[in-house]
Amino acid sequence: MLIERKWKKWIFFYLPMAAFIVFTLFPFYWMAVTAMRPDEELYRTWRQASATPFWTLAPTLEHFRNLLQTTAFPHWLWNTMLIALVSTAISLVCGMFAGYALARLKFRGSEFLGTAIFVTYLVPQTLLFIPLADIIRDMHLGNTPWALMLTYPTFLIPFCTWLLMGYFKTIPKELEECARIDGATRFGAMIRIIFPVAIPGILSAGIFAFTLSWNEFIYALIFMSSAELKTVPVGVVSELIRGDIFFWGQLMAGALLGSIPVAIVYSFFVEYYVTGLTGSVKG
Amino acid sequence: MAAPAERGRVSRLTRLLESENLLAATLLTPGVVILVLFIAYPFVMALWFSLTSIRVGDPGEFVGLANFTKAWNDTIFQTAFKNTVFYTFWATIFKLALGMWLALLLNRSFRFKRIIRASMLLPFIIPTVLSAFAWRWMFDPTFSVMNWVLFHSGLITDRLPFLSDGDWAMWCAVLVNTWRGMPFFAITLLAGLQTISPDLHEAAALDGANAWHRFWHVTWPLLIPVTLVVVVFSVIQTFSDFQLIYVLTGGGPANSTHLIATYAYQIGVASGLLGEGAALSLFMFPVLFAVVWVQLRFMKRMEGA
Amino acid sequence: MANVTIRNLNKNYENGFHAVKDVNLEIRDKEFMVLVGPSGCGKTTTLRMVAGLEEITSGEILIGSDVVNDLPPMDRNIAMVFQNYALYPHKSVYQNMAFGLQMRKYPKDEIEKRVREAADILGIGPLLERKPRQLSGGQRQRVAVGRAIVRHPEVFLFDEPLSNLDAQLRVQMRVELKRLHERLETTAIYVTHDQVEAMTLGDRVVVMKDGWVQQVGEPLELYGKPANKFVAGFIGSPAMNFVDVMISDAGGALWADAAGLRLKVPPHMVERVRAHAGERVTLGVRPEALHLANGSDQPDYSFATAVDVVEPLGNEILVNFRAGGAPMVARVDPAVRVKARQGIRVALDPERVHFFDEKSGAAI
Repeated sequence: MLIERKWKKWIFFYLPMAAFIVFTLFPFYWMAVTAMRPDEELYRTWRQASATPFWTLAPTLEHFRNLLQTTAFPHWLWNTMLIALVSTAISLVCGMFAGYALARLKFRGSEFLGTAIFVTYLVPQTLLFIPLADIIRDMHLGNTPWALMLTYPTFLIPFCTWLLMGYFKTIPKELEECARIDGATRFGAMIRIIFPVAIPGILSAGIFAFTLSWNEFIYALIFMSSAELKTVPVGVVSELIRGDIFFWGQLMAGALLGSIPVAIVYSFFVEYYVTGLTGSVKG
Repeated sequence: MAAPAERGRVSRLTRLLESENLLAATLLTPGVVILVLFIAYPFVMALWFSLTSIRVGDPGEFVGLANFTKAWNDTIFQTAFKNTVFYTFWATIFKLALGMWLALLLNRSFRFKRIIRASMLLPFIIPTVLSAFAWRWMFDPTFSVMNWVLFHSGLITDRLPFLSDGDWAMWCAVLVNTWRGMPFFAITLLAGLQTISPDLHEAAALDGANAWHRFWHVTWPLLIPVTLVVVVFSVIQTFSDFQLIYVLTGGGPANSTHLIATYAYQIGVASGLLGEGAALSLFMFPVLFAVVWVQLRFMKRMEGA
Repeated sequence: MANVTIRNLNKNYENGFHAVKDVNLEIRDKEFMVLVGPSGCGKTTTLRMVAGLEEITSGEILIGSDVVNDLPPMDRNIAMVFQNYALYPHKSVYQNMAFGLQMRKYPKDEIEKRVREAADILGIGPLLERKPRQLSGGQRQRVAVGRAIVRHPEVFLFDEPLSNLDAQLRVQMRVELKRLHERLETTAIYVTHDQVEAMTLGDRVVVMKDGWVQQVGEPLELYGKPANKFVAGFIGSPAMNFVDVMISDAGGALWADAAGLRLKVPPHMVERVRAHAGERVTLGVRPEALHLANGSDQPDYSFATAVDVVEPLGNEILVNFRAGGAPMVARVDPAVRVKARQGIRVALDPERVHFFDEKSGAAI
C-alpha cells in the first residue's frame, strides 16, 4: 500500500466518498420520509418557513394503510413476484441447456448460434414492443401473466445463456467424461455433475435475472390492462395517479414497498449478484 | 464386455441423446423457440408494420417508406431523435466519469467497504420507475426539496424550473439516468481494477509517477477493454430508454423531452398508429446495429489476441 | 477380464490434424500396457478412443471379442483415471467412489461393500466423508484410483495420472500402482510422457511419435534393441549419444569416421553395416556404454577428447564432452576424478554400439 498524507486522504477519499453516498442514497431516504409524512406536512411549499423537508414531525403509516387497503397493491406485489420467479425459472432452464450446448457440444452452426444469441441479448425491449403486443393478442395471452412470463425470457435467456456458457467453460471437461465412463449418459452427466458444480453461476444468473424481471416496465405496461393483474411498477404508475393528481404519500409508500422485496433478495446474494453483473458484460 | 442387460438400463430415448447433434438440438430448442417467437418474428413484423398504414383494428395497406419520410419530417420526432442522442451522449459520459471515480474509491481498503459497495448498487437494483418517481417528487415545482436546499443555502432566489422547462428537464433526465447507471459502471470497472496487480502501481510509484500518472499510464490502458464493453451496453440501454422519461416528464412539456422510444409509444400504443410507431422505433435500429457490430468486432479481436 | 485389440486405428480432427495413424496393437488380458511419447504423439487420443470419448475416424477397437466403435463410454466396461483426477467437487469421497456403481444400479449394500474394500486397499478409509477440496494431491490421486477399482472394470485406462504429483510422491505412487495392478490382475492401458514411468510400470511399452507407433516391446527390449533412432533417444536418461559418421571399408575392416574420431565397426555389426559402406549413418552409444579409457582398452574403440562439464551426481558422474562434432555424455564411476578442460581418452563398449540409417532413422 502506498503511504498517503492525512489531509490528502480527506480530500481525495473521504469527501468524495461521502458525496457519492449521499448522492446514491438520498432518493431512497426521500422516498421513506415522504411515505411516512402526513399529507398536511407533505404539501407545504418550499418557501414556507415551517417546511421541514428532511424529516417529519408526525410520522404516520396512513399512506401504507391506504395503499394496502384501497388499492390492488398486494396483488401487484404478488404478480410481480410470481412473474419474476416463473420467467427467471424458464430463462434459467433454457439458459442452462443452451449454455451447456454452446460451451461443450460440437455441432454445426454452434458459433453462429452463439453470436445470434449474443445479438438478441443486445436487442432492447423498446425496439419490438409494438408488433409484440400484436403477437401477444393473437396468441390470446394479452392480460394474462403468461404474456410476461413468456416475453421476459426474451431478454433473460440470452443473458443466462451467455453467463452460464462462460461458467461451464471453466469446469474441467474431464468431470463429465469421467461421469460418462462411470455409466452416465451425456444428458445424465450434465444434470448430475455439471449443473450441481455450476450452482454458483446458476445462482448469479438467477439473481440477476430476477432483478431484471422485477424491474421490467414497458412490456408490463402494454400487455396488462386489468388493475388486478398489473405488476408493481405499472400499478404504481397507472393506478396511483388519478388524472393530474399525484398522491405522493401513497406513491412513495408504493415505491418503497415495491423495492423492498428485490432489495432483500439482493442483500442476501450481493456477491452472486455482482458476479452476475460483471459477468453480464464479459465476452 | 458389458452384459446386455446392463446396456438396457437406460431408455432408448436417452440413448438417442448420446449423439452430440441430437443432444445439442434438444438442448437449444426451448430457448431458440422463445427467442424466435418473441424476438425474430416480432422483428420481421416490425419491418412489415413500418411499411404499412396498419393501426389498431385496421390492417391498413402497403405504403412503402411513407412512415419513415413522415417521421423524418416530423418536428417532434426530430426533437426526440436529438434528445435521444443528447441524453445518451451526456449520460454515458457522466456515468463513465463518475463510475470510474467511484470504482477507484471503492478499490481502496476502508471500513464498511462491503456494505458501502453493496448499497452503492441500490439505484441499479430498485425498479427504475419507482426510483424515478422519487426523483420526480424531488424535482416537484412547488414542494421541491432541491429548491428548498438551494434557496436556503442562498444559491437561488427563485425556484428553478426543473421539469417544467424542456432544456432543464433533459438535464434532469441525464442526472437521473447517471444516478441509476453509475453503479453498473462502478462495479464492473471495479471488477476490472481488481484484476490489475498492485505490483504495477508500486513499480510505477517507485519510478516516480504521481497518482494521476499512475492512473493514466497504468490503470487506464488496462481498463480500456472492460470500459469499452460497459460503454457499449450502456449506450444500448440508454439509447433505447423509455421508463425514465415516461415517469419523469412523459415527454412533456409540449413534447420537448421525448426520446425515440417514448415517442414511438405515444404514436404506436397511445394513438394506435401501429405502422408509424413501428417505423419510429426502427429508427433506433441502425444506431444499435452499429454499436453491436463494433462490439462483435471487438470481441473477435480479443479472441484473436 | 479382457484383451483389447486395436486395428488400423486412425483419428483425423476436423481441422485436418491427423493425430493417430494406422495404429495396430494387441493388449493381452491382464497386461499392463504403457503408451509413451512426447506431447502431441497421439497417445492420449488413442486412449480416449478406447474410452469412447473420441470418435474413431477409421479402424476398429475391440474389447474382448466385441467391436466397441459405436458404444458410448457408459456401455464399455472400463474405468479411467484422469490427469487432473476429475473428482466430482460437490460429492464426498464416498459418493465419488459410489457414483459409477449407482449409475449401474447396484444394490446399496454391494456399493457400500465395494467402496469400503477399495478404500481399505488404498488406505483412504478415514477420508470417505471428506470433500475433494479437503484432500491433498496424493489423497485425491488415491480417490481417483479408488473410483476406478470399485467398478471392477474389464480395462483400466490411465491418462498421465501421476504428472500432477510432486517428484517424491510420484515415485511412491508409481510403486503403489504397480503393486495394485499385480493384485487386481486387470488389463490396463497407461498413458505417460515420462519414459521412466513407462519403463518401470509397463509389462510392455508402446512408443509413439507423430501419430505413428514406433516400437512395441518389453521395457528392456526397447532399451537394448531400439527399432529406430527416435526410440533410442527417447528411452533412457541421459539420452543416447548420437554422432553422424561415414562408413568406410579399409584394411579389411569397416570404419566409422567423423571429425577427430575413427572407430572400428564391431565384428558382430559388420555384416549389417557393410551395405552402408561409403554412406553416412548415425552411430548411437548410451552414456553407460562409455568409460574413461585405461590400458586394457583397444585403441580401435576409443578416442581422445577434452572434458567440457562434469556433473557429479553422487552414485555416478556425468562427463560432458564433444566428439565427432556432437555433444556427448559418459556415465562414469564416481571414483573417477576429472576436471573441466582436462584432456581425456574415452572408450566405448563395442557390444553396445548402435547404427541407424541416416534418412529413415531405422536401426541397422
